[in-house]
Amino acid sequence: MSTTYLALQAVIGRESAPVVMHVWRDRLLAFAAATGQSDPRYTDVEAARSLGEPDMLVPPTFLFSVEMEQPDPFEWLTSLGVDMTTVLHAGQSFNYLAPAHAGDTLTARSSITDVRRRKGGALVLVERRTDVTRGSARIARLRMTMAVVRA
Amino acid sequence: MTDCAQAPLRVGHRLTPLVVPSIERPTLRNFAAASGDPNPLHLDPTVARASGQPDVIAHGMLSMAYAARLLTDEWGPAALRSWHVRFLAPTPVGRRPTCHGEVLALNAGLAVIRLWVETEDGTVTLSGDAEVSLRRPSGTEHREGPTQTRTRRRSSGCDLGSSFPCLTTFPPLT
Repeated sequence: MSTTYLALQAVIGRESAPVVMHVWRDRLLAFAAATGQSDPRYTDVEAARSLGEPDMLVPPTFLFSVEMEQPDPFEWLTSLGVDMTTVLHAGQSFNYLAPAHAGDTLTARSSITDVRRRKGGALVLVERRTDVTRGSARIARLRMTMAVVRA
Repeated sequence: MTDCAQAPLRVGHRLTPLVVPSIERPTLRNFAAASGDPNPLHLDPTVARASGQPDVIAHGMLSMAYAARLLTDEWGPAALRSWHVRFLAPTPVGRRPTCHGEVLALNAGLAVIRLWVETEDGTVTLSGDAEVSLRRPSGTEHREGPTQTRTRRRSSGCDLGSSFPCLTTFPPLT
């Protein structure tokens, strides 16, 4: 347990390599289909444009997928010896600064911001912050809390 | 254009619940592909059992995507300013989630909405709150949901008796 805890503690503040995603309309359509989203602003270019948007809107939780856009999105944990079968997604937050649309190229920059032991060390809570940007424009700040159990 | 700050929204107002069809394996495969989350906990029963689950469980982010629909269906895409949720219990494959929301506070054109997602057996799988702007640019319309008079839930968040780690505290968003 303490090995995992210490390994995570040691990398607090270290920024992962930026992850870049180009937002394709087809990807947003697949996301809308998978989440039952029928609001045309997320699924129909013309409807979005008629409502003043430059293109289909990126839905609120899709920004989580930007940092997933890499060969092993959990490498930041597994590289420190964390077994993914012991990891649970315990919490998630989003703070929105500007809308994103199909056609945007988004960049996610992440770093571990906090590591805490709970339940007498049976659990380690890892908080990771991700900033999503489009060029110099800030789009959103995300915070993910992962619980490492039986660590 | 509707000036939503003048809409008769009240503290305690309940949003029309969003009922979602049961989450089946194809749902999880589609969501895994569309969201880019490859964690086999949601796809492979063998891995799920190794994690202590009887079968695959839904992505927490799928429930959060449903909860986002509850908010954007009500106030439009531009209104959601910030939100955070805790995933309190796993959603086993086959369950039907329903998303709920209630106005917790109103102040200066902002509403704080308490959110929760419940499966048909009464398990609360997600709990959180959202800050929603009631003043938005034109092109979005406010739909006033029906007023409901159901009694308030007796508890929220951490005292739901869940076995899940309900320990998360977030620093305030800036």
